[in-house]
Amino acid sequence: MPLDHQANQDEKDFRIVGQRPLRPDGIDKVTGRARFGADMTAPGMLIGRVLRSPHAHARIRSIDTSKALALPGVKAVVTRDDFGEVSEDLHDVLVNCMAQDKALYDGHAVAAVAAISASVARKALKLIEVDYEVLPHVTDVDEAMAADAPALYENAADESVPAGMSKNVVRRYEFGHGDVETGFAAADAVFEKSFKTEATHQGYIEPHACLATLGPDGQGDLWVCTQGHFAVRNVCAALLGMEVSHLRVTSSEIGGGFGGKTTVFIEPVALALSRKASRPVKMTMSREEVFRASGPTSSTSMDVKIGMNSDGRITAAFAELRYQGGAFVGSPVEFGAMSAFAPYDLEHAKTVGWDVVTNRPKQAAYRAPGAPMAAFAVESVIDELCKHFDLDPLEVRLKNASTDGSQASYGPKFGKIGLTATLEAAKNHPHYSAPLGPNQGRGVACGFWFNFGGQTCVSLNIQDDGTVGLSVGTPDIGGSRASMGQMAAEELGIPYEKVRTIVADTASLGYNDISEGSRVTFSSGMATIQAARDAIQELCSRAAQMWGIDEDAVVWEDGHAKPAGENAGKFDPMSLADIAAVAANTGGPIAGHAEINADGAGQSFATHMVDSEVDPETGRVKILRYTVFQDAGKAIHPSYVEGQFQGGAVQGIGWSLNEEYIYGEDGRLQNAGFLDYRIPVASDLPMIDTVIVEVPNPGHPYGVRGVGETSIVPPLAAIANSVSAAAGVRLTHLPMSPPRVQKAIKDAK
Amino acid sequence: MLITVKIWGSLKAAAGDQSEVQVEAKNIRQMLDRLGEAHPRLKPQLDRGVSVSVDGQIYRDAWFTPLKPENEIVLLPRLSGG
Amino acid sequence: MSQIHVSTKINGDATEYLCEPDETLLDVLRDRLGMTGTKEGCGTGDCGACSVTLDGRLVCSCLVLGAEAEGCEVGTIEGVAEGEALHPLQTKFLEHAALQCGVCTPGFLVAAKSLLERNSDPSEEEVRYWLAGNLCRCTGYDKIIRAVLDTAKEMRSA
Repeated sequence: MPLDHQANQDEKDFRIVGQRPLRPDGIDKVTGRARFGADMTAPGMLIGRVLRSPHAHARIRSIDTSKALALPGVKAVVTRDDFGEVSEDLHDVLVNCMAQDKALYDGHAVAAVAAISASVARKALKLIEVDYEVLPHVTDVDEAMAADAPALYENAADESVPAGMSKNVVRRYEFGHGDVETGFAAADAVFEKSFKTEATHQGYIEPHACLATLGPDGQGDLWVCTQGHFAVRNVCAALLGMEVSHLRVTSSEIGGGFGGKTTVFIEPVALALSRKASRPVKMTMSREEVFRASGPTSSTSMDVKIGMNSDGRITAAFAELRYQGGAFVGSPVEFGAMSAFAPYDLEHAKTVGWDVVTNRPKQAAYRAPGAPMAAFAVESVIDELCKHFDLDPLEVRLKNASTDGSQASYGPKFGKIGLTATLEAAKNHPHYSAPLGPNQGRGVACGFWFNFGGQTCVSLNIQDDGTVGLSVGTPDIGGSRASMGQMAAEELGIPYEKVRTIVADTASLGYNDISEGSRVTFSSGMATIQAARDAIQELCSRAAQMWGIDEDAVVWEDGHAKPAGENAGKFDPMSLADIAAVAANTGGPIAGHAEINADGAGQSFATHMVDSEVDPETGRVKILRYTVFQDAGKAIHPSYVEGQFQGGAVQGIGWSLNEEYIYGEDGRLQNAGFLDYRIPVASDLPMIDTVIVEVPNPGHPYGVRGVGETSIVPPLAAIANSVSAAAGVRLTHLPMSPPRVQKAIKDAK
Repeated sequence: MLITVKIWGSLKAAAGDQSEVQVEAKNIRQMLDRLGEAHPRLKPQLDRGVSVSVDGQIYRDAWFTPLKPENEIVLLPRLSGG
Repeated sequence: MSQIHVSTKINGDATEYLCEPDETLLDVLRDRLGMTGTKEGCGTGDCGACSVTLDGRLVCSCLVLGAEAEGCEVGTIEGVAEGEALHPLQTKFLEHAALQCGVCTPGFLVAAKSLLERNSDPSEEEVRYWLAGNLCRCTGYDKIIRAVLDTAKEMRSA
């Protein structure tokens, strides 16, 4: 049923939407009562642990588990032999969870045990004998593309890859329009530069954890921290040869995901162990395992060429992106290629993306997958051109900005978007005119993310005391339960405190797509509004019956059913609680629900501005000031919108200054811990200022645009521009760690 | 109805080197079927999954989304996020 | 290996448990005593999610052996509130939206409480450096710092 969007946006005077009420899960989280993935237990529970390959690339000749099985206290051991055939689209997921003929990266799962305690499980792993034939490995993206590179597969490339390339090149993408050569010929200056970024990890503080129970009756229960418990259910059921309805998955509170928990790693293994042992199996990843064997993002190598006229108009833009996605097809290079030039209205644009495999863990999404790296390269070249022509970087971006109706470099024409609004807000902000001292520099950059909708189900039940139970199916990764409650309360016209929002398990609702793509506030919000309107219709119908008038003669206003006009009759308004109290007598419990494929998600654009200081002796960079300007469409709960802006910006700070995966000559990960994989800490940072811009999305009843991902797209670029200005030399390799900055300064002298 | 579909650069070769293709279709499902029939080399990508942008709105799975000749229809890789 | 019998006090309550010699206090709290408020983020003392106090001193419980708690007073997140009454820090964290996923929150609260017990008027820089041992990936720390400073201000005027 189509929702009447326009009426809401134009005349809506929101009562609760836009406020900052406390979140429903708040008390549990500040008291330690909230239950995360590793916080659940079951009677008779075993502990599961995984044996992982110490080699970056090796054929697995044989696995002997007999000694492990014989160890007292060991109840089950699984290997590749315990998993059957799966459909082609699940093949890679399965192989990543449990190696088949080869170990493809340092940390690749090779076997797993379930035992009565963690220490027995650890001992058992040591007793598993694996016969490896070590093979040559490759971990760098450019090296993997070389003709003589060690090949992971014989035949993984598809029809898009031209003949004659390294076997590790598995996909080629191309986007764009016009003719870039014409554009370059018309430019007053054409700048071309190459860039590299290292692999990073989403860095969620909670390691992967689950509790799996799969009984002899074929019925299973899985407690897991995940961004998408319905997707986990479907994938695990398929991998274990089960029907979907026989597996019930409950999503625990999740301690961070950012895309890294949109897939499975240990869950199918835990279920397989549980089935074999006929006992519940709890499985967690250690921090080292999280780094070695979950899903970091791609390392990249990029070339960007942009032509500009002296008035600041970009005439043509070209980018070639090379991303490695670990040992499997699927780096996010296509999204990088699609988003690279999205903020700019260009007559001639072309992006080419290469997906390359290497002996590294299978990449997983990291908040706007593929976009931050491309933005870094593109915005750096634009910055150089601005300096060359002595033009203001914000003015140049305003001059070239995509607006409503612009042809996006990835294909469609944009609808209503807010990029210009963020640029104007940035230009007029005091940060932009604040003075800078020696060795200090300011950088700006733009970014965007597509956002999308997806399958979403919501159930809204009105209790007999007039309170409302709202069940959504999208795990709460950012505070969305509060926003859902606000939207339900807004529609129903009742206080926010009367609504209790929970995330239901997979048996209680229809399918919900994963909490990703910045889709939750948009999609679950839309479904919540629809479910509320559904319930309102029923409430009005009950009132009409009690008054003996037509349903059409009843309206819902301020949380009450009222006669539509004088002619309908003189009746006192009935509140939601009034009607609920007699629901049993008027037809039974009152509820509303919605099962939708939410469409109409609106893109969110952002501009970031950052000041940094470089110590020319040590190369250390200090972030002095940071302001995020981003379009939220309509901020349902401003504190959570600000939180997304700040969180993404700080992940971007880490990515650009410190974080990187360091592989040794032996192909093993050298820094698999928080000590040497250095994410930002409180003392590294200033306050992160935020400006919420609101250009409503016509596709949502309240104008909502997803915001979670866009915030990580501009930081790499803005910080690189800032540091390059502060250091007096262009940095082209992320992270800009002190040794790299020092070397760049030295080389420039 | 004859509708016009824009396809992205790396698919052009599979569609007879055209960046715009016309097919008879009244919704997304029909469009995808007709595209695969008219240009069999597109089929592998279509089977792997695509998103469709209709006048700027992204659809990932909605088969019966109606299509009209005046719509701007763009084939995109299947979008996902993080 | 035979297990060690430990007598200790946790959040003011006398507690006894058995543990292996190589079991950490974190393991004991979570797996033996069912007190899952204290979290394991890394197991190597780098993230602070397992922060507790030991005889009033802020420590990472993953770096303390269960056996070391013998005769000590352990303070965990479960003891920060007094019955129904939230500690001002807990209230301020909620008001300032100083948590998103909430997994680092117990560690931050224990650490921040420890700071305010020593220094009732910390500067922003002092708060940031005191909390540098607690990692947060969701918030960028901004709202956490504001919540702690606001709590300090409120507690001073109380």
